[in-house]
Amino acid sequence: MKESHRELERVREIEEHVTFDGERFHIRGNVADNILITSVDKMFNWARLSSLWPMTFGLACCAIEMMATAASRFDLDRFGAGLMRPSPRQSDLMIVSGTVTVKMGFRVKKLWEQMPDPKYVISMGSCANCGGPYWRDHGYHVVNGVDRLIPVDVYVPGCPPRPEGLLDGLLLLQEKIRRERVLGKKIATMIIGAKETAGAEAKR
Amino acid sequence: MNAAEIHTMLAGSFPGAILHFAADAVNPWIEVEPASLLDVMARLMDDRDLAFDELMCLSGVDYGPEKELGVIYHLCSTAKGHRFTVKVKLPRQNPVVPSVAGLWRTANWHEREAYDLLGIVFEGHPDLTRILLPDDWEGYPLRKDYVLVKTYHGLQFKD
Repeated sequence: MKESHRELERVREIEEHVTFDGERFHIRGNVADNILITSVDKMFNWARLSSLWPMTFGLACCAIEMMATAASRFDLDRFGAGLMRPSPRQSDLMIVSGTVTVKMGFRVKKLWEQMPDPKYVISMGSCANCGGPYWRDHGYHVVNGVDRLIPVDVYVPGCPPRPEGLLDGLLLLQEKIRRERVLGKKIATMIIGAKETAGAEAKR
Repeated sequence: MNAAEIHTMLAGSFPGAILHFAADAVNPWIEVEPASLLDVMARLMDDRDLAFDELMCLSGVDYGPEKELGVIYHLCSTAKGHRFTVKVKLPRQNPVVPSVAGLWRTANWHEREAYDLLGIVFEGHPDLTRILLPDDWEGYPLRKDYVLVKTYHGLQFKD
């Protein structure tokens, strides 16, 4: 009881410091430890980039480096991306680590389709980037770049890339997510959608 | 037993079936006529003195465009501690060879691989289907005269 009473006191205290005059909020006094003000986009982006869940999914030797990246020495979890999920339904990051063969390529695509939005793809190593040593006519069964199947956000070069390389790729991806416009994009689509509907109705 | 003794023994039992004997090779080998391969292999496995109880490797070979295909069997006897190699050469147009999957179960997947990549047909194999490539793949990629396929089900995977 005493605890909840204290909480109530605190809320009242905040209410005393913040007023809204119909146009903007006015904050008085030192309430910095209680209120954070940011844009919705920034908050969404921060939440997304700080907690990327990669899919446990390796195709070739690059997967060994990915495992090393996730393990204690390099510790992918420092950047919030340490929770490897065994299911595409729970993942938002696909690290394509290794050679993509034609047979596997279609399965990679299916896994990517099973991931919920928003989803991101890191193409790790030369094979996934462009076919690597199986470039051009070398290798009868290798897809020359996983971007022929799914959209890629960040390419990490190397054969295979060292864990530092993959970490750099992850940080680049986080920077990319930081600049995304979540709500802005949605509102824009809504406006465009409304205009299109209005146009169609006018034609009728 | 050494390779020369094994050869003498087989040549005595199967006259005309042993086409060649390479005694000086790193791994001494014999070339067997495809029709009598199964008999020779059964003998190598069952004979008390030979006792080849392990098929270490089965490889398909393409000896070059316009030339024949081949299969190489590397045998080992864990009981007797000796090794031997058997080769068989097949015509390019109709590469058919009896399956040894009934003798060594190891051969099952090895033969499927040789079928998958070189198109060698193993007669009497319990399930001769492609093992690595998709089932509807066309052609045998490890043949020297293979023409590269660049699209598969609408996916252009090579330029």
